[in-house]
Amino acid sequence: MAFLIGENMTGGYGKGADILHDCTIGVEKGEIAVVVGPNGAGKSTAMKAVFGMLNIHTGRVMMDGEEITSLSPQARVQKGMGFVPQTNNVFTTMSVEENLEMGAFIRDDDIAQTMEQVFDLFPILKEKRKQPAGELSGGQRQQVAVGRALMTKPKVLMLDEPTAGVSPIVMDELFDRIIEIAKTGIAILMVEQNAKQALNIADKGYVLVQGKNRYTDTGEALMADPEVRKAFLGG
Amino acid sequence: MTDFLNAIVLLLNFLVIPGIAYGCQLALGALGVTLIYGILRFSNFAHGETMAFGTMFTIIGTWFLQSNGISLGPIPTALLALPLGILAAVLLILGTDKLVYKFYRKQKSTPVIYLIASLGVMFFYNGLIRFIIGPDDRIFTDGSRFIITAREFKEMTGLDQGLAFKMTQGITIVVTVICVIALFWFLNKTRTGKSMRAYSDNEDLALLSGINPDRVVMIAWVLTAALATIAGTLYGLDKSFKPFTYLQILLPIFAAAIVGGIGNPVGAILGGFVIALSEVSVTFAYKRVIAYLVPESWAPEGLVQLLSTDYKFAVSFSILVIVLLVKPTGLMKGQSI
Amino acid sequence: MSFNLRNISMFAIMGFMFIAVGEFNSWSTALFILNFCLISAIMSMGVNIQWGYAGLLNVGIMGFVALGGMAATLVSIPPVQGAIEAGGSGIVFSAFLTAISIGAIYFAYKMLRGGTRKLVITAISIVSFFVIRHFFDPAVEAIEAYDSAGTGNLGGLNMPIMFGWILGGILAAGAAWMVGKISLGLRSDYLAIATLGISEIIIAVLKNEDWLTRGVKNVNGLPRPVTVPYEVEIQQSAYWIDLAERWNISVVDLSSIVVKLSYAALFAVVLLIILYLSEKALNSPWGRMMRAIRDNETAAEAMGKDVTGRHLQVFILGSAVVGVAGAMLTTLDGLFTPTAYQPLRYTFLIWVMVIVGGSGNNWGAVLGGFVVGFFWIQAEPIGLWAMDVITSGMAEDSDLRTHLLKSAAHMRLMMMGVILLLVLRFTPKGLIPEK
Repeated sequence: MAFLIGENMTGGYGKGADILHDCTIGVEKGEIAVVVGPNGAGKSTAMKAVFGMLNIHTGRVMMDGEEITSLSPQARVQKGMGFVPQTNNVFTTMSVEENLEMGAFIRDDDIAQTMEQVFDLFPILKEKRKQPAGELSGGQRQQVAVGRALMTKPKVLMLDEPTAGVSPIVMDELFDRIIEIAKTGIAILMVEQNAKQALNIADKGYVLVQGKNRYTDTGEALMADPEVRKAFLGG
Repeated sequence: MTDFLNAIVLLLNFLVIPGIAYGCQLALGALGVTLIYGILRFSNFAHGETMAFGTMFTIIGTWFLQSNGISLGPIPTALLALPLGILAAVLLILGTDKLVYKFYRKQKSTPVIYLIASLGVMFFYNGLIRFIIGPDDRIFTDGSRFIITAREFKEMTGLDQGLAFKMTQGITIVVTVICVIALFWFLNKTRTGKSMRAYSDNEDLALLSGINPDRVVMIAWVLTAALATIAGTLYGLDKSFKPFTYLQILLPIFAAAIVGGIGNPVGAILGGFVIALSEVSVTFAYKRVIAYLVPESWAPEGLVQLLSTDYKFAVSFSILVIVLLVKPTGLMKGQSI
Repeated sequence: MSFNLRNISMFAIMGFMFIAVGEFNSWSTALFILNFCLISAIMSMGVNIQWGYAGLLNVGIMGFVALGGMAATLVSIPPVQGAIEAGGSGIVFSAFLTAISIGAIYFAYKMLRGGTRKLVITAISIVSFFVIRHFFDPAVEAIEAYDSAGTGNLGGLNMPIMFGWILGGILAAGAAWMVGKISLGLRSDYLAIATLGISEIIIAVLKNEDWLTRGVKNVNGLPRPVTVPYEVEIQQSAYWIDLAERWNISVVDLSSIVVKLSYAALFAVVLLIILYLSEKALNSPWGRMMRAIRDNETAAEAMGKDVTGRHLQVFILGSAVVGVAGAMLTTLDGLFTPTAYQPLRYTFLIWVMVIVGGSGNNWGAVLGGFVVGFFWIQAEPIGLWAMDVITSGMAEDSDLRTHLLKSAAHMRLMMMGVILLLVLRFTPKGLIPEK
């Protein structure tokens, strides 16, 4: 079984209609798993379900062999999950350094070393550590957001469309960093609009359509599959 | 030249110093309003009464100390009783939060419901205060009245105009500076303070980061109660304690918080001084100042007062209106701590 | 309102309470409370129009009540010829100048842009302020000097006081328009704070502009509406004397009851008219739209509804109703005392009425006005009695006892606060919920 897995999840927001139907996504340690699919396919919803932000009435979420289906998002953070929301993912009025510090709020040990690691990963943040995060460019903000989530030393990092609204160059740069993070042994689960680029770096890919798994394979295999290419990757 | 100096001293004595002291009191009050706005996102109409409640217990403590012959010499005994007032206000406000506001937090109610609840709380406090201490004026200032008296100043400088620096004004300024430094140190340097700023900035992300909302709210109330008590006590020392005036001071306090940018502590302080200095300078009679500055034959007959002091509320209201029309977010960008 | 048993019985219970007060205490007291409740119910309806229909928070009800009171006064009292000769022209001329400068500011606002606009508007405001004061101040001085012990103001129009009710509504509507223009469309709290401000200012003006309202010197002996007789007339009329003898009560008591009944009838008519119109409005397409906007502002805006415009409308309407009620209150009192306007009594008490009665429901607002009004007046004797019982065990000269007895009056503030909080928490829909 995968390190983190949401199995056969069915559910939706509040008392509304179900958005996910028997959907399964998972990721191994040190790997990158990417969830792609058309607009409204329930990609973000699937990831939020794994993180506990909506109720699933069937299926379960397992991490490291332990069932965490009934835990709150906060409790899942304690268990070692890091989550980077798509929007409003930094404290705009606080400095970069303070953002990272807040990311490590639940930790009682010395965070200086982790912060150094984040600065090594994103050197530009070290330069701008005293600047309010709201004054940074879009790409830099995403770096702060990822860095904030890394501060808890998570075992799993979940990213909701990290490249939304950034330029292609910045996107490549960001993906490089994500690969680097995965290499440290962290499992990465990410939802992406830019399916082609994302599947390129993915160890595993999930194509969702209308809340259901349509194709599941390695990133490479999905990229090679002519049907997937035609329907979801623009040929 | 002497005339010019006399005019300056006159302005300092009757306009600048009282204005600054009043500005300090408003700033401390507005800080409390802005803190609650930043964390709980509603305008707390019970804030004036919270000030009065804390002040009331400070007064009771002062009486107790005075009757036991304890004093601080030239400094008002009330400062020694301040911790009692703060403690009482903190207990009251935490009790209120538990019984009233907590429920609406669980319900995720809209700010307007909190606001109405705060009206009910205000009503209750209002009765409680009058029940305990009565509606009358209480003067609890003791110690020496002046740091520099007008006569001493005249002897020192040889000017006609005296500059009287009241003890309560000096205390107000010193205490405010200490409070503001302590508050900003707390908000910017401590982990708890930063977590409050984070919560105010982005509630969802703060929750994701493991910041405990109940704790943040509790600390916000404690700080508010302390600031309110200090502001109320300083105001009461400088003027006098009358429960009704604390209802009236709510308007300039709100004006200060909004003018500065509600939710922004720096803005609250700025707003406090803007409101206080405009209030004082618009209702000041400039007759004697002008008399010093112009030849005798030009001296004005009237008081040269823009508005009578009865309309001081109109001043804070007008500034509020102008800011709402021109820059609704306030002078500093608001809505976060 | 659905005329179900529950709602009808609540009004019936209210009726029995009045009868009980009449039987066990005195009919004069019962009618006094009834009149108070009728006016409170109208105010409560006005606030309900704002809060219940549209979710607008008016924390300055007192100001609109006071404007109504001023209107009733200025319409009904006779003009003071001497004062008008002394300063009337000055006042008129300053009013004319004020109109011109407002026009000029408006013109500058429309024609200019950016920095110049700010500069020009500031300049016009400052210059006109001093010019107007130049003409206004001497006029005020002259008016206030004329017979200052007797009048000291311009006097009024010497017209039937009921015209003042209409003027009260108009003045309140005007003030509401101004406040609404500034603060509607911004955060909901800002309207609350702006109304709080305007009400303080209105009271300050009424207290200090002696040339207009006599300020704290008050205006006494306002004429009554034509339908309400004077006690003296009744006591001298053979018909009433005869009736009193037959009913075996003193003619003085009877006259007081008749006068209060006449007021009650008049107020009841107004109440019913406003209630009818409110119900009509609430159930019209306009009312449905208002509620749609209240329940989901964003959606209504997305559908192309002018939310701010509608809010302004409803805010003005509600304030006008409050203004009318304020004029009626001053009429009932027969005197105008600016110092009597206290926010706790005229703003927050009305709020308690609306919340207790059931926000969004006109009948609820009326019932709330009656229930809360009734208890507000009765709470004082009840509180005193309760305190008396509580302290009866203490020594006659005990300090605590005197203090408690003296403070009993403040208990009702606390009670009202507690009632508001309890209703808001446990039955937020009130006694008669919205349909």
